[in-house]
Amino acid sequence: MAGNVWIVAEHWRGTASDATRELLAVGRGLADSLGVRLEAVLLGHGMRGLAASLGPADAVLYVDHPTLADATGLVASRAVAALASERAPAVILLPTTNVSWDLLGLLPARLGVPLVNFCREVEVVDGALRVGSLLYGGKMAVTVDAGPGPVVLAILPGTGTAPAPGAPEPHVEDVAVDLADDSGVRLVAYEEPEAGDVDITQQDALVAVGRGISSEANLEVAEDLADALGGAVCGSRPVIDQGWLPLVRQVGKSGLTVKPRLYIAAGVSGAPEHVEGMKDSELIIAVNTDAGAPIFSIAHYGIVDDATDVLEALAEAVRKRKG
Amino acid sequence: MKILVLMKMVPDIVEELEVAGDGSSLDPEYLRFIVNERDDYALEQSLLLKDRLGATVTVVALEAPEIDDVLHTALAKGADRAIRVSGVDVMAGTRAKAAALAATLPGVPGVLPADLVLSGCQAIDDLDGFVGPLLSSAIGLPYLGLVSRIKVDPAAGTAVVAKEYAGGVMGRFEVTLPAFLGVQGCEKPPRYVPIAKVRAAIAAGGIEAVPAASGPAVTPLAVGAMAKPVAAGHAEMLEGSVRDVAERLADVLAARGLI
Amino acid sequence: MPDPTAQTLFGIPGVAILWALTAIVFVLFGQRAYRILRAVGRGRAEARWDRLSSRLWSVVVNVGGQRRMFDNPGVGLAHLVIFWTFLFYAVSFAWSLLRGLLPFLPIPYPDDVLLFTIPMVLLSVATLAALAGAAFRRYVLVPPRLAQSRDAGLILLLITLLVVTFLVGQAAKEGLGGLSAAAAESLYTAMWWIHMVAVLGFVAYLPYSKHLHLLASPFNVFTASLATGGMPPPSEGAARLEEFTWRELFNGLSCAECGRCDRACPAFATGELLSPQDLIHDVKLMVLGRASGRDGNGSLVDVVGAEAVWACTTCMACMERCPVFNEHVPLIVQMRRHLIGEGAVGAGVQDMLMGMTRYGNSFGQSPRNRPKWTRDLGFEVKDARKEPVEYLWYVGDYASFDPRVQEVTRAAARVFHDAALDFGILYEAEQNAGNDVRRLGEEGLFEMLRDKNRAAMESAQFKTIVTTDPHTYHVLRHEYGLDGQVKHYTEVLEGLVSAGRVSTSPNGHGRVTYHDPCYLGRYGGVYDAPRHVLEGLGLDLVEMPRNRSAAYCCGAGGGRIWMEDAAAGGERPAESRVQEAAGLQGVGTMVVACPKDLVMFRDALKTTGLEGTLEVRDIAELVEDAMGATRDAVGATRDAVGATQRSDT
Repeated sequence: MAGNVWIVAEHWRGTASDATRELLAVGRGLADSLGVRLEAVLLGHGMRGLAASLGPADAVLYVDHPTLADATGLVASRAVAALASERAPAVILLPTTNVSWDLLGLLPARLGVPLVNFCREVEVVDGALRVGSLLYGGKMAVTVDAGPGPVVLAILPGTGTAPAPGAPEPHVEDVAVDLADDSGVRLVAYEEPEAGDVDITQQDALVAVGRGISSEANLEVAEDLADALGGAVCGSRPVIDQGWLPLVRQVGKSGLTVKPRLYIAAGVSGAPEHVEGMKDSELIIAVNTDAGAPIFSIAHYGIVDDATDVLEALAEAVRKRKG
Repeated sequence: MKILVLMKMVPDIVEELEVAGDGSSLDPEYLRFIVNERDDYALEQSLLLKDRLGATVTVVALEAPEIDDVLHTALAKGADRAIRVSGVDVMAGTRAKAAALAATLPGVPGVLPADLVLSGCQAIDDLDGFVGPLLSSAIGLPYLGLVSRIKVDPAAGTAVVAKEYAGGVMGRFEVTLPAFLGVQGCEKPPRYVPIAKVRAAIAAGGIEAVPAASGPAVTPLAVGAMAKPVAAGHAEMLEGSVRDVAERLADVLAARGLI
Repeated sequence: MPDPTAQTLFGIPGVAILWALTAIVFVLFGQRAYRILRAVGRGRAEARWDRLSSRLWSVVVNVGGQRRMFDNPGVGLAHLVIFWTFLFYAVSFAWSLLRGLLPFLPIPYPDDVLLFTIPMVLLSVATLAALAGAAFRRYVLVPPRLAQSRDAGLILLLITLLVVTFLVGQAAKEGLGGLSAAAAESLYTAMWWIHMVAVLGFVAYLPYSKHLHLLASPFNVFTASLATGGMPPPSEGAARLEEFTWRELFNGLSCAECGRCDRACPAFATGELLSPQDLIHDVKLMVLGRASGRDGNGSLVDVVGAEAVWACTTCMACMERCPVFNEHVPLIVQMRRHLIGEGAVGAGVQDMLMGMTRYGNSFGQSPRNRPKWTRDLGFEVKDARKEPVEYLWYVGDYASFDPRVQEVTRAAARVFHDAALDFGILYEAEQNAGNDVRRLGEEGLFEMLRDKNRAAMESAQFKTIVTTDPHTYHVLRHEYGLDGQVKHYTEVLEGLVSAGRVSTSPNGHGRVTYHDPCYLGRYGGVYDAPRHVLEGLGLDLVEMPRNRSAAYCCGAGGGRIWMEDAAAGGERPAESRVQEAAGLQGVGTMVVACPKDLVMFRDALKTTGLEGTLEVRDIAELVEDAMGATRDAVGATRDAVGATQRSDT
């Protein structure tokens, strides 16, 4: 394999994403195994500080332009593809976040190279990439021999551990690319969700409800337990789609990432998009009538039973303890 | 206004998936296919635009088990045309499927050019790519994904759409048509159509069958092995009556100083 | 007495006045009646002319005998008296009118025929008492939902007037009261005229009032459905007048606004989500509006409201009580078909229907999960697709998929197994039988399920179908055309108990009460079999106040179990029912025979705080306990005998 390992650093509304740290860790490991350099592509505006902090990378290819503060996938993919055509990396790593989603789809299309999606492990075997991916909503694990590259890999969150701090500053290279945009796709404004009175990212205890609570009426039971615990109720995507909870309570890929001391997942199946938003919770208790629900593989304690029944009984038990 | 909707079938994970004897593919015995959920939202979005603006809706899908039900349902819901493209295996990768569509669609009368192309922006079997970005690149349309609300101004030839980010934040975009939008959600859930109407659509026929045109070959990903994922860990399962379980949990919480 | 029409008034002969009044009244009545009937005639056809002798008998019992009015014996007696008096008065009026208009006819006036007037007088006196009672009930007791309309008061006054004028006239004729002959004649004549004019006026008024029911209801009873199940004929649903059948429209004309349907309705009791009486009234307004040319062109669904249409549990308590045999449930189903046709269903129902379409069950689970309850049984349940069986057991969705009910299903299986019953199930080939889908108005899906089930049954060999689910029981029996081949499991258990294959050892349950499932009781007519089983088990059965055909629905039927709880106030039906059971002295167990009842009532125990006071058990569980008790008893005896034998050596 000749080419380097690239990551595309992700930032949004001025803040660097956690996903970027993970990509750097994965990329570093991969680059070391292959004996090549790790380079980070950063498209942004006024982000030299961020560029300097991408430590585990050996170099940063930094494109600075006002339009890149909120680049569309079209603009970003064109820019990265231009760089990649010049410099021929072997592997490009991207996160599977909403922010990078369009880029993830368009970049391999533009470069004419394959994508391997849903990656949760990458290793080098005889100089070739062997990728482990999760398919079908996490129900099947497949191994893909991605060869020597070039290839784009979509890395699932939680794949890389955060690298040790104190890495030396990378060499930041200013590069220029053609950023003319005739796509006709233009960001007008961001729309914040209706502010709720509760910020679930600041709660110590969260009671999460999923499709398994069956009806909006059962929310009361979850709220009662949250109340008893001094926490708040949040939900997975289906519950928000149904309108039972507002957007600000959504945990997961399109919602918020939470790390409370206690996370009770009631009637939540544990689909990857939800799990990525809560997997770092300190104590995870899951209740689901389906013994095979994926949530049980990341929970610390599991109960196979009706969520409403268990929540109700737990609220009572908690209140009794509190006296 | 012409809208093109692309739909596909994916393995139904309500059924338990098993690995076939060859160790690298799905066991077909209990394998059933279901329409990609996001594609259903794309169809609903197109029908809402039809209701509001009088657009025509053409649905195209590659042949797959139970695809006819999906196409007849789309017709019963109000789609104007349903086209089934044969010759691509349902288990082929998304790149191959997008390439087949890119090669075939230009040759089907009345399909392209369309003012708006809609398709679900993700599916559970998208291992080697996404239909939207691949197909839009091939036919030369701009692409925006994770769209969950679309308003079209036909006179101005633009659409205003909401794109999902994180934390419930949406981005409002203005898109000049024609364009390809990857649909994540819709302002309303997919509408219900009574079985009687679907049966009437089946009786009326109405699906156009088109063979896939051949195009540049796509090298599939080399899938080595397929297996059920081994979880890194598993929860400690608590058994017993709801009351007992609640007590044990309360113990755990108390021990950790949470109550 | 002289002929009252021989009198002159302001120089005009009485006969002429009588002719004039009669002509006016009959024109008014005729015109209105014609317009009403034409409006009804715009409805779709429906054949209600089969089995004429059964229909006639029904009229004899239910119109002549006023049977359903005797749900309250005092009310029944009073109404029977008033009804028969009215009949006699109607005959008397027609007779008098005929003779009055045609004085040359060689017939006497009815007042001159003793054989006729004696019963008239007796009935009239009885009616006065009945009227006093009726007025007391209406204005002092004020039963809920009894429509307090102007019409209702008017008819009481009218009947009183008619009775008084008749009796006074008779008294005058008999020379009572010490009046001179001339005064008596004048009085008699005056009474006659007041009486006739009052009736004529009433005839003209009748087709504008609720008293239409007097003429319409006998015909309503005659044309009442003889089929079980409250299903309208095949249709795409109905919202506008022309889309309903003539018989559905005719309900509106027959309603006497008594309120029995509302008082029995569980949806009404739950925050008045639906009023069956108002529904019929809205139908009446639509028909009468069309007759007046004013109205009746809109959608009944808009008037009634979709929420009310979906609120019905199809329990049939309304139809069971209605004294004029109005049919509320077909109206609801017609409107639901219309809403389904428009795709206007709530999210819960939509999800269920889509899962049902795809997987053949209401849980949206893979069909492979259906037979999973048979694991942990300790024996194999025969596969009826592969080998012939005597009993094909249609298990049903809730009994197969719901973890709470699976325990009961296993108990039933063990009971069947221990009793050496030759039974099998269809495993994955069983589909939801479609009863609730049909009640939700999804005819297309029902047909699809029925076709699949029929295909599955074709490939199996069996003698009898047994089911643990009353909804399945009803639809297989009456809507798949399998009547005669389908038994509810309590009917099978009854046979086992009476054949002595189940012991009567006491099993600690003591005093119990039994809840009649709607689809087994009112729909299926099966009330005794479960009771015989319980008695055969040596249990002391105490009836709830609302028992047998008056049983109170758990609230799950008609698809309600998949709908959001819209309880705006009032008590949920299941909560009301468990309170009723808990209110019985010394009763600690409520026995059910339906999976949905089990689920609804066990949940209701929690929300009413009755857990620990009352338990809900299925009949199968009690039978299994009894069988186990026998085994234990036999085992203990054997052990004791063995021990004695050993100690002897």
